[in-house]
Amino acid sequence: MPHDAGSHDHDHDHTKTFQPDIKEPTEDWEFLEIALRELLIEKDVISAREIADTIEAWDQKTPENGAAIVAKAWADPDFKARLLADGNAVAAELGYKIEGTKLVVVENTSDLHHMVVCTLCSCYPRPILGIPPLWYKSRAYRSRAVREPRAILAEFGTDVADGTEVRVLDSTADIRYLVLPRRPEGTDGMSEAELAGLVTRDAMIGTATAKMPDGSRA
Amino acid sequence: MSRFEIGDRVRVARAFPPGHVRTPVFVRGLTGTVVRYFGHFRNPSELAYGMTGLPELSLYQVAFDMDDVWSGDGAYAAGDTVTADIYENWLEPAEDKKNAA
Repeated sequence: MPHDAGSHDHDHDHTKTFQPDIKEPTEDWEFLEIALRELLIEKDVISAREIADTIEAWDQKTPENGAAIVAKAWADPDFKARLLADGNAVAAELGYKIEGTKLVVVENTSDLHHMVVCTLCSCYPRPILGIPPLWYKSRAYRSRAVREPRAILAEFGTDVADGTEVRVLDSTADIRYLVLPRRPEGTDGMSEAELAGLVTRDAMIGTATAKMPDGSRA
Repeated sequence: MSRFEIGDRVRVARAFPPGHVRTPVFVRGLTGTVVRYFGHFRNPSELAYGMTGLPELSLYQVAFDMDDVWSGDGAYAAGDTVTADIYENWLEPAEDKKNAA
């Protein structure tokens, strides 16, 4: 409803009407990135389009890639054995090219629950899980995962029995870990596509288990 | 060719060199068990500064008992472990032959 300033009593402040926009750059590294990017474009080393294409390509990688791999491993024991033996080769067969790092797939069992962190930065199997969630890169998760894994699992609502070993994998070097969650009970007749729907990002980081067919967690 | 076998007990150097070091501080000086050999990779501490990183270094997954790391000051259960991926130049054989893998 339009109105003239001063023509009525205000109980609201017009300067606060709008939601704040994305934060303007303030940090040295942000200015450095902008300067370098502009320079590279100006000198024709790389085009603005190539940069945007690369960002878009990364944004389009999603945990659905990982879920397809997990579902296939659940459905096909030979595939699973090969996946556990050589993650890069098997991911490449499905079209997920992982270069420069080694993909290691670790299997969760009733005796062993893996959970992945990178305490040093944000190492993550991006080609198959996409960009990591913000919490994965937070100092809180990175420092607590290796010391209070059971507290973190509880905060995620993930129940791991006392008798099950929790093994936290700190991916500190050239290895990128993908957790192969346990296949939930009651999924025998399901297709690979249906199985993939039970595999969430957090289940492949190890902060969760896979979903049951009814949507609850195992 | 790798220097350590799966199951070997190894001690992580207690060293604090500057630079792009990939050995987490919380395991330096501790003894753990080799659980996996990953092959060899160029040295990231050198690659980060534009050097070749050659010769390549063997890389191992080393498991540590949570209790050996945190002495009870954490939220974990008996038998829980934490692993780190450590290059061979940070490892030396440990006397302690406990099989904690």
